[in-house]
Amino acid sequence: MSTTRTDTVAAPRRFPLREVILFVALLVAVLGVYGVMGAAYSTRMLVEAACYAILALGLTIQWGYAGQFNAGVMGFVALGGFCAMFFSVPVNEAFWGSELPGELGVVLAYIVGAVLLVVGASRLDRLGVPKRLRTLITVVLAVVLYLVVISAFRDVAGQIEDQAGFIGGLGLPAWVGWIIGGALAGGVGYFIGHVCLGLRSDYLAIATIGIAEIIKAFLKNSDWLTRGTATYSQLPWPVPGPAEVGFTLARALYFSVTAVMIAVIFFLLHRAYHAPWGRMIRAIRDNEISAAAMGKDINKRRLEIFVLGCILMGIGGAVLASFNSLFDPQGYLPLNHTFLVLVMVILGGPGNNLGTIFGALAVYVIWLMSEPLALFVMELVVNFGEGAFGWEAPASLDSRALQARVFVIGLLITLVLRFAPKGLLPEKVKHVD
Amino acid sequence: MNELVFFINNVVIAGSVTGSIYAIGAVGVTLIFSIMRFAHFAHGDMMTFGAFMVLLLTTLFPQAGAAIGVPTPLIMLPLAIVLTAALAVGIDRAFYKPLRAHGVKPIVMVIGSLGVTLMLQGLIRLFAGTGGESLYVDDRKEIFRLALPIEGVRVPVVVTEPQLYLFVLTIVCVVGLHFFLSRSRLGKAMRAMSDNPALAQASGINTNTIVAVTWVIAGGLAAIAGTLLSLDVTFKPDLSFFLLLPIFAAAIVGGVGHPYGAIAGGFVVGFAETLAVFNWSVLLRPFRDSLPDWLAQAGNLAFVGTEYKIVVPFFILVAILVWRPTGIFKGKVI
Repeated sequence: MSTTRTDTVAAPRRFPLREVILFVALLVAVLGVYGVMGAAYSTRMLVEAACYAILALGLTIQWGYAGQFNAGVMGFVALGGFCAMFFSVPVNEAFWGSELPGELGVVLAYIVGAVLLVVGASRLDRLGVPKRLRTLITVVLAVVLYLVVISAFRDVAGQIEDQAGFIGGLGLPAWVGWIIGGALAGGVGYFIGHVCLGLRSDYLAIATIGIAEIIKAFLKNSDWLTRGTATYSQLPWPVPGPAEVGFTLARALYFSVTAVMIAVIFFLLHRAYHAPWGRMIRAIRDNEISAAAMGKDINKRRLEIFVLGCILMGIGGAVLASFNSLFDPQGYLPLNHTFLVLVMVILGGPGNNLGTIFGALAVYVIWLMSEPLALFVMELVVNFGEGAFGWEAPASLDSRALQARVFVIGLLITLVLRFAPKGLLPEKVKHVD
Repeated sequence: MNELVFFINNVVIAGSVTGSIYAIGAVGVTLIFSIMRFAHFAHGDMMTFGAFMVLLLTTLFPQAGAAIGVPTPLIMLPLAIVLTAALAVGIDRAFYKPLRAHGVKPIVMVIGSLGVTLMLQGLIRLFAGTGGESLYVDDRKEIFRLALPIEGVRVPVVVTEPQLYLFVLTIVCVVGLHFFLSRSRLGKAMRAMSDNPALAQASGINTNTIVAVTWVIAGGLAAIAGTLLSLDVTFKPDLSFFLLLPIFAAAIVGGVGHPYGAIAGGFVVGFAETLAVFNWSVLLRPFRDSLPDWLAQAGNLAFVGTEYKIVVPFFILVAILVWRPTGIFKGKVI
């Protein structure tokens, strides 16, 4: 009897013609952009595309590996961006020099105390209190404590805004913020996943859309923490900046950092996909009931994969914010940071890491190039309209032309789902004869 | 007493207004959920589309309402309902039906509906621009101030004209829907299909007709809700994203697939929102002398600021998913 298992036998090697053709076409397109737009601009495009590739890998784990649909990528990206800002921005002496840190600490201690009290009250039934009474006590206590703590908190936040502007950063290297950003996004993902993953898959989509809007609202309105709509620019880079070595070289250095990150993530995911863990995840996706019958803990695995995806999104968002050197909570849009990533994944091939990276690079190049293209087409239409009908175009035409891209993204999503549901580079499912 | 009138204006009336809009929207979502088993994310944009049609027709014929004595947007509403219903059926034929024919998972339908959302949003913004516009093009918004006949009350109860129309239309919709679902042949067939699609088909119900009727009803209700919302405030092309969460929260609170539950859920979410942003210290003001100092001094006792309004439906959603995922009325689909 042979000891090798059939599913570990390598599939017959064939020449990856499709992959080669697609990547060569992509290379030609990128070189074309280099020729037309110049090196500095094109390198910036490559770095941003690489950041999006990290986001897309996060989504491909959730959607491609496990069939979970996360419609709130934007929220996790924004969390990562916030961490990148908070940890790398220089220390604000005006805040730390005053008595405000102490007051903020006291309020935070109040919050922890209040949470502990409420949790304690919710366990009162163990002391013999009837369950209905326990629920009543818990709810009333939670409401009262919330009101007390939140008004104290508003006071301190207002004082910080008046006296110090905002609390500033911690002045640590950028990569600390990237790691913590991933961890924070993973924590939020754990909370959402814990609530929703045992239920219908639609509920996860609804809840993630909600949490994304909430995170954005929080970051936008917490002036004491993020400067809100005033935004914060000049986030430091982990590599020498444009001021020291020039735009192209600095961006190329940054690109090499992101490329190494993608390579590491790709390698780890590749190993995980072919490991027993990856097989188990696919088994759960394809047939939940039989996976459960084999004794797999479905909800725990799902939570694992959801959190993993969120961590990658947080890291990607942090890298992106550091690169843009700007943290602008209002700049996080569902279109740019959720649906664009979704298109990258479903067009490239959900569940296929190489396809996802291809999708991320290709879609980002098209997306960036579509802006001048949309304006150009709109101009043609206006000229034609004026010439043929004497139509007077409204003044806000430029902003409207960009809205046409929203339509195209939507059309792309529906068309891909209809005609190429597996993407350009489909996931290779091994068949065991 | 002035404080009480303030409470009525800011909570009872405002809560009923948002509650009615959420309720009408959530009914559509829950009907689609019960027939086609997927969360229809493009519902918010169908609402915006309906309101946009009303805006378009009103700007074309601003004088139409003056002849009868009602605001023009309301005259145009039936037309907009027809257009939106046609759009809904068309979208289903073009985008959802092929997916259904492929037998995809419900979550793929959800992603498809997100694609439709973006397409509608792009189209609406392409034609309407990105700014807000009032639906009252040529008419004037009447504001009724009802002074209460009680000694010492100076603040009147304020109701605007669109709010009155809103209450009337909501009641008409709810009653009409009730009779449709419980008395008519089509309504009964719809309920049968939501209970058991295979059995409904086996007993001779034409499921294609039912799907089309569902879209007509959902589209019509979406147009009504969107128009009423835009009448009350202004028409904004980017309404939909802020409507999605409360509407889905309402549908889930009421029990998914349960139209009456959705109505109740809509009012629960609407009132919860207004209660959460209401500044409770106003109500404490009459008792200022007998209260402890720290409570009397508190300036702002609102649960959340208006900028965090969206947290409320989310909190309700999470709470209901944790404690009772079937909703208060025991929805059929989990």
